[in-house]
Amino acid sequence: MFSDTTLAQARQGLKNWFATIKEAKSDDVSVDKRLSTISDLEVKPIYTPEDIKDLDFASDIGYPGDYPFTRGCQPTMYRGKIWTFRMFSGLGSGEDTNKRWRHLLSEGETGLSTAFDFPTLMGYDSDSPRARGEVGKCGVAIDTLVDFEILTKNIPLDKVTTSMTINPPASVMWAMYLAVAEKQGVSWDKIGGTIQNDMLKEFIAQKTLMCPPEPSIRLISDTVEFGTKYVPRWNTISISGYHIREAGATAVQELAFTLADGIAYVQDVIDRKGLDVDAFAPRLSFFFDSHMDLFEEIAKFRAARRMWAKIMRNRFKAKNPRSWWLRFHTQTAGCSLTHQQPYNNIVRTTSEALAAVLGGTQSLHTNSFDEEFCLPSEFAATIALRTQQIIAEETGVINTIDPLAGSYFVEALTNQIEQEAWEYIEKIDKMGGMLAAIEKGFPQREVANAAYHFKQQVDNGEKTVVGVNKYQAKEEPPIEILKINEKIEAEQIKRLQEVKQARDNRKATQALNDLRAACQSEKNVMPYVIEAVKAYATEQEICDVYREVFGEYRDPGYF
Amino acid sequence: MDSERKIRVLVAKPGLDGHDRGAKVVARGFRDAGFEVVYTGLHQTPEQIANAAIQEDVDLVGLSCLSGAHLYLFLEVVRLLKEKGAGDITVIGGGIIPADDIAKLKEGGIKEVFLPGVPLNKIIKWVKENVKPLRVV
Repeated sequence: MFSDTTLAQARQGLKNWFATIKEAKSDDVSVDKRLSTISDLEVKPIYTPEDIKDLDFASDIGYPGDYPFTRGCQPTMYRGKIWTFRMFSGLGSGEDTNKRWRHLLSEGETGLSTAFDFPTLMGYDSDSPRARGEVGKCGVAIDTLVDFEILTKNIPLDKVTTSMTINPPASVMWAMYLAVAEKQGVSWDKIGGTIQNDMLKEFIAQKTLMCPPEPSIRLISDTVEFGTKYVPRWNTISISGYHIREAGATAVQELAFTLADGIAYVQDVIDRKGLDVDAFAPRLSFFFDSHMDLFEEIAKFRAARRMWAKIMRNRFKAKNPRSWWLRFHTQTAGCSLTHQQPYNNIVRTTSEALAAVLGGTQSLHTNSFDEEFCLPSEFAATIALRTQQIIAEETGVINTIDPLAGSYFVEALTNQIEQEAWEYIEKIDKMGGMLAAIEKGFPQREVANAAYHFKQQVDNGEKTVVGVNKYQAKEEPPIEILKINEKIEAEQIKRLQEVKQARDNRKATQALNDLRAACQSEKNVMPYVIEAVKAYATEQEICDVYREVFGEYRDPGYF
Repeated sequence: MDSERKIRVLVAKPGLDGHDRGAKVVARGFRDAGFEVVYTGLHQTPEQIANAAIQEDVDLVGLSCLSGAHLYLFLEVVRLLKEKGAGDITVIGGGIIPADDIAKLKEGGIKEVFLPGVPLNKIIKWVKENVKPLRVV
């Protein structure tokens, strides 16, 4: 990319620069000190053309919309369409969440994203002994289609897309969404959204667990096949790195494990369903973290696009350029927020959101400053949304596509992250793929080691967290936080009992029996799940069928 | 004769919350500090935790919850330990816990609550100063 003259000048200039610094005789010189990203990747004091001399403009950087998409998937990126302001939210009952959703939509969010409570995430109803104390506490409680109807009341499913963070019971929540769309008179080819539906990262990091890996993957491939046939605008998986990162992984690990998970899913759909890769690959989507080291994140997003394009075209021989696209949603890093001096979190979220935008995300959630205490208050969630709007409208960063392309530092870092991520992917391939690697405990141990290493770095002062190990406050005045209505649990249980009494129990039981038979066969379970939710079978009743047929998985407790 | 008995700790995740980064980091910190550590893994009921604490003969139980269900879950563990005659086991907790709830937890028998960001050596120091090995050798 550079002439020999330029490179020679760069080398000489660097020597001069170092010599000048040494001569300066100042104590305040940290060029010799090892500084690193939050993932502990070493960062040099200065980058020059030398650092990216082997880059080829056309094949490594190029243009947005062109393979390998380093600069963005869509040719026009934000000049054509701003990223979706998609705020992850859910609390209490369907009514509570519907209210919050309508507030966020009226304040300018452009896509919905559903946070469910733990019983729902884990496939338990609100009246399960396991749900005690948990109902509605960290998201919305959904037991039956009735709750889902309340959740989506007055939300036009043909006009807004909805993401649902749900994993083992993803088929159930999706079935409910499809049933509600039908009731609204919206055909399935018109609705758009995403189900997270990524079990591999559950085993590695998020840990909403139900069935063992093999049947979990079968359920995922069933949903991919169903979506490919009947719900063409739906992203049936959100292959996620966010949770892996939140569990303590480095940026490289987040990237590598996510792409390795993606490889496993693509391979399974091809092997199990016999689908052509181009039939379903364009609807695969991704979900990444955006953490505190600004440039590491930007480089990570660019490396991600470049790597997935290569994987899809070269490894899986996809022919449709849309199959080569890595489209992703981003969430700012929850684990970077502090309990101490919580208003500082607004600043953290802003920086992380900026990194995501400079990295070319298609969709973004920004955390609220009070999330170290409880679910976001309306006040805090609105500020988080405004953060995105201010970046979009006032900072000018959207005026040009991939503004950091060509930066010696950012391109060098993009290369380095890509290189190190390939090394992990090769290692995982040698183990037999991600499923085998998970069985061996490999990604889990890598993540646990990285988490411990970072904690040690913060505890010994090597890494600073403002307000925590530096600039601590003498006093921490209390802030107003959201409190979940304690009556929710009893109200949900009452509603659940009413639904069970009102429904045609024979129909529900028959639907569950049919589902069981489908699970025991090679049939796609989705049509049976849809029938079951329409018959007002509960989420747990359906998941109990899964548990019965496929078995239950217990967390092995590596630490 | 060195009769220094190691402090034995059960680190546990009650309820459905799967966020285990903190619990695992603390478990490892405890192990590096010389305590004997048993980690229950995820999705334990309060009953399972109380039983494990007694079976494993621990001096201390550390509970972690980030899902907002800590008031019910932590206090239920304390209640069950008492009911099973193991009320002398110290119970501490951590996670996403608002200030108002800390007082309620302490009133209910949780000896100390450690919030996000606390250095490991602070927890370890607290344990060394406040928890004595219960078992008779």
